[in-house]
Amino acid sequence: MQQLKPVNVVIAGGGFVGLTMAKEITQRTSLSVVAIERGHPRKTADYAAGMDELDYALRFRMMQNLAEETATHRHSLKASAVPIRQYGSFNPGTGTGGAAEHWGAICYRYYPEVFTLAAYFREKYGNAHLPENSCVQDWGVTYDQLEPYYWRAEQLLGVVGKAGNLNGKPVDGGNVFEGTRSHEYPLPPHKMPYIANAFEKAVRELGYHPYPVPTATLSQNYTNPDGVSRPACQYCGFCTRYGCMIGAKAQPTNTLMPVLAKQKAFSLRTGCSVRRIVHKDGKAVGLTYIDANGVETLQPADVVIVASWTLNNARLLMLSKIGEAYDPATGKGTIGRNLSHQVSQSTRVFSDQPLNSFMGAGGLGIGISDFDGKEGIDKYPGVFRGGNIRMMTAGEGAIAGFGIIPPGEAKSDWGSEWKKAALAWHDRAANISTEAEHIAYRQNYVDLDPTYTDKFGDPLARLTLDWTDHERAQGAMVAKLQAQIAKVMNVRTGGATRLVEKYTTTQYQSTHINGGAIMGSSPDTSVVNPWLQHWQVPNLWVMGGSNFPQNASGNPTLTILALVLRASDGLIDRYLKHPGALA
Amino acid sequence: MKRREFITLPAKSVGGLLLYTLAGEPVVKAQNGDVRIPLRSFTAAEARVVEAACSRIFPSDDSGPGAKEAGVVIFIDRQLAGPYGRDKYRYTKPPFVESTPEHGYQGQKNPREVYREGIAQLGNFADLTPAEQDQKLRAIEKTTFFAMLRRHTIEGMFSDPMYGGNAGLIGWQLIGFPGPLMSYRDEIDKAHGQPWRRKPQSLAQITGRNVKGWEEEAD
Repeated sequence: MQQLKPVNVVIAGGGFVGLTMAKEITQRTSLSVVAIERGHPRKTADYAAGMDELDYALRFRMMQNLAEETATHRHSLKASAVPIRQYGSFNPGTGTGGAAEHWGAICYRYYPEVFTLAAYFREKYGNAHLPENSCVQDWGVTYDQLEPYYWRAEQLLGVVGKAGNLNGKPVDGGNVFEGTRSHEYPLPPHKMPYIANAFEKAVRELGYHPYPVPTATLSQNYTNPDGVSRPACQYCGFCTRYGCMIGAKAQPTNTLMPVLAKQKAFSLRTGCSVRRIVHKDGKAVGLTYIDANGVETLQPADVVIVASWTLNNARLLMLSKIGEAYDPATGKGTIGRNLSHQVSQSTRVFSDQPLNSFMGAGGLGIGISDFDGKEGIDKYPGVFRGGNIRMMTAGEGAIAGFGIIPPGEAKSDWGSEWKKAALAWHDRAANISTEAEHIAYRQNYVDLDPTYTDKFGDPLARLTLDWTDHERAQGAMVAKLQAQIAKVMNVRTGGATRLVEKYTTTQYQSTHINGGAIMGSSPDTSVVNPWLQHWQVPNLWVMGGSNFPQNASGNPTLTILALVLRASDGLIDRYLKHPGALA
Repeated sequence: MKRREFITLPAKSVGGLLLYTLAGEPVVKAQNGDVRIPLRSFTAAEARVVEAACSRIFPSDDSGPGAKEAGVVIFIDRQLAGPYGRDKYRYTKPPFVESTPEHGYQGQKNPREVYREGIAQLGNFADLTPAEQDQKLRAIEKTTFFAMLRRHTIEGMFSDPMYGGNAGLIGWQLIGFPGPLMSYRDEIDKAHGQPWRRKPQSLAQITGRNVKGWEEEAD
C-alpha cells in the first residue's frame, strides 16, 4: 500500500458537504486539507454543451455509475434484497460537487419542531398513540441554534425567496408557517410562469398561503460573502439532472471551487475511491482509497471527515467497523438506523392552454405549507406529519414530456390514436406535487448486503424500507387536497400517483433518502453528536443527509449545509483548540 | 471482420435527412434517391423489423410524420452499439433473481440482447400488413423488449439529432419544441396561455460547435 505524507484534514467526498468543510477550514486556518472524490473533475465550462436530455436526464450522465456500485433493497426483514440495477427512486451524484451539481436547488428551512420531534410527539400525542414501531428522535440541535447557520448557508448560495416570518412577524406572500428568520432572503423571488400563477390564484381562493418556493437559482446577479459572483437564471429548463451552463444554480463547482482554487493548502483528488476509514485505539488514522491508477493508498490525517453521499456514509462506517451496527430485532446499535425517504405524491393536471413547459428552473414554482409539518393535519385521522404542496415548473424535456394524456383519450399507449392524442395534449400537463415528512421506523434501516458487492468486492449497502399505513394516510390526505386545488384551478386531472402503496425503486421520488449515521443527544441512539462528531472517535466527523434522524418535508440540502456550517464552527473554534469530544 | 450491414432508406421519406456518424460528423445530406446507411448493431433484416415496429408505435399518418421520417431505427441502432446498449451503466453482477415489479428489470440480458431475442420472435414482421403487425405487437405489449422499443421510439423521435433520430428536427417541429435555447428570461412570465414557438434548433446549431454524445466511440 502506498502511504502518503500526513495532512491535517482528509475528507471522503468532494460534494457540497466535503467542499464546504474544506472551504471553511482553509479560509479560517492554515491547516492542510485533502478531499478524496471518486468521480471526475468538473467545472462550469463542462456544461456549456450539456443541454442534452438524452445524455443527462435519461442516461444519468451526472450520476454514480451503478455498474460499479449500487445499493440493494428489500421491503421487509423477511425478504431477500435485490440490487437496484438501474436508476429509479433516487439519483446519487458523483464527480466534483456530487449530487449538488445536478440538484433542483430548492432551499427550504425545516420547521422548528422538526428538530425536537420526539419531544413534540410525546407532548402532543403521548408515545402510546404514535404509529406502530415509529422511532422518531430529536436531532440534538434546535432551530434557534441553527438559524444563524441557515442564514449563512442562504448567503453562501444566494437563496431566492420571500420571508414569511421575519423576526416573529408573519409576512403575507411568504411561508407564514416557517420558523422565525433574522433576515429577509438574499434575493427577491423569481418571475413565475403561467401555470404557477394559476396555482397561486387557486390556493389563495381556497384561503391558503402561497409562497414562492425558495431556491438557490439566482433571480438576479449576485455576489456572495466570499466574493463569488454568479449571474441570474435564464430559465432554460435544463436544470435538475443537469449542471448549470452559466452558474446561476448554486453548485459546489461555481460557489465553493472558485474560493478553494485559490487555497494552496487544499487539494482535491478525483478518480479516487475511498474504501476504509483506518482507525486505531479509538482514533481515526486516515483514509484508504484506490487512486486513479488503481493503487491502494493510505492518506494519514489528524482529522477525518466522512462526507460521502448519505448511504455511503453509513456503509463506510460499517465497512470500517467503527461503532455498532443497528439491529432491528433489539433496537440496539447505531449505524444504519433510522433510514427515511420522503412521501412523494402528485396529481397530474391538464391545462386547456399550452404551458411552454420547456421553460423553467428546478426551483421555480409556488408552494403552500398549510398542511405541512404540524399544520392542518388534525382533520386527517392517522396523519402525524404533513407535507408541502407545490406547482413546480422545472423545465420539461421533449422526450419526458411526450405522451402525457388525460385518462381515456386513447385505448393504448402506442399507435395512431395515441399519437394523435399525445400531440393534441402536448405541453398541457403539469403536476401538483408534494413531498411529505417520512418519520422513522424500527424496521427501516441500512446494513451491508450479504450477497451483492461493488467493483472492489465490498458489500453493497442494503436498504430495508417500506411504507406503512401512516405514509398511506399522508398520501391520501395530500391527494385529496391536490384534487381540491385542481378543481378550483378548473383543470382536468389525470388522477393521483400512487407511490406510497409499496416502496418502489423504479420510479423517481427524490434523492432525499436520509439517515443511517444519525445525529442525536445520546451515543446509544445516534452515531454522531450535535456537532456531527463521532461519539466514540472524536477526530472523526460524519456529515450529510445521513445525519437526519427522520425526514422532514421539502428538500434537505439547505439543512445539511446549515448543520455542516455549525459543525465547521465546532471543529475550528472548539475542537482544534482542545481536541476531544465536544460537549 | 464483421461484414458491414446497411439499411437503405428513400431520402424523400426522411425529410431533409442529415445523419451523423458517432464522431458527430454529418455523413450524408441527401434530398433525392436512396441513402445507404451503415448499421452498427443491427443486421439489415433486423433493422427492417425494428423500423416496421417503430412505425406502428409512432406511425406516419394524418397527424404528421412518424418514426420512419425521424430515422428512429438509426437512433436505436446507435444506442445499442454504444455503452448504453452494452449495459455499461447498469449493475450486472449475479445472482439474477426475479423479484417484485417494484424492483424493475432484474434480468441478465443487456438491451442489445433483449432486442436480438425480441426481433427474432417477431419473425417476418416487416412483411405483414399493418393490422397484422399491430396484432403481433399487442401480443408482446407486456414484455421488456416492447417496453424498450416504445421508450426508444419516443427517444429517437425527440432527442437531439446528433444521436441519429429526430432527423431534420422533424420530431421537435411536430411538438413545437424549440431545442435547447439558452434563455427565456424575457418570455418566462409572458406568453401566458399562448404557445411560444420558434423554428427548432439542434444543440450543434445553438452552440455553434460539434457536440458529441456521452462517451460516443469512434466507428
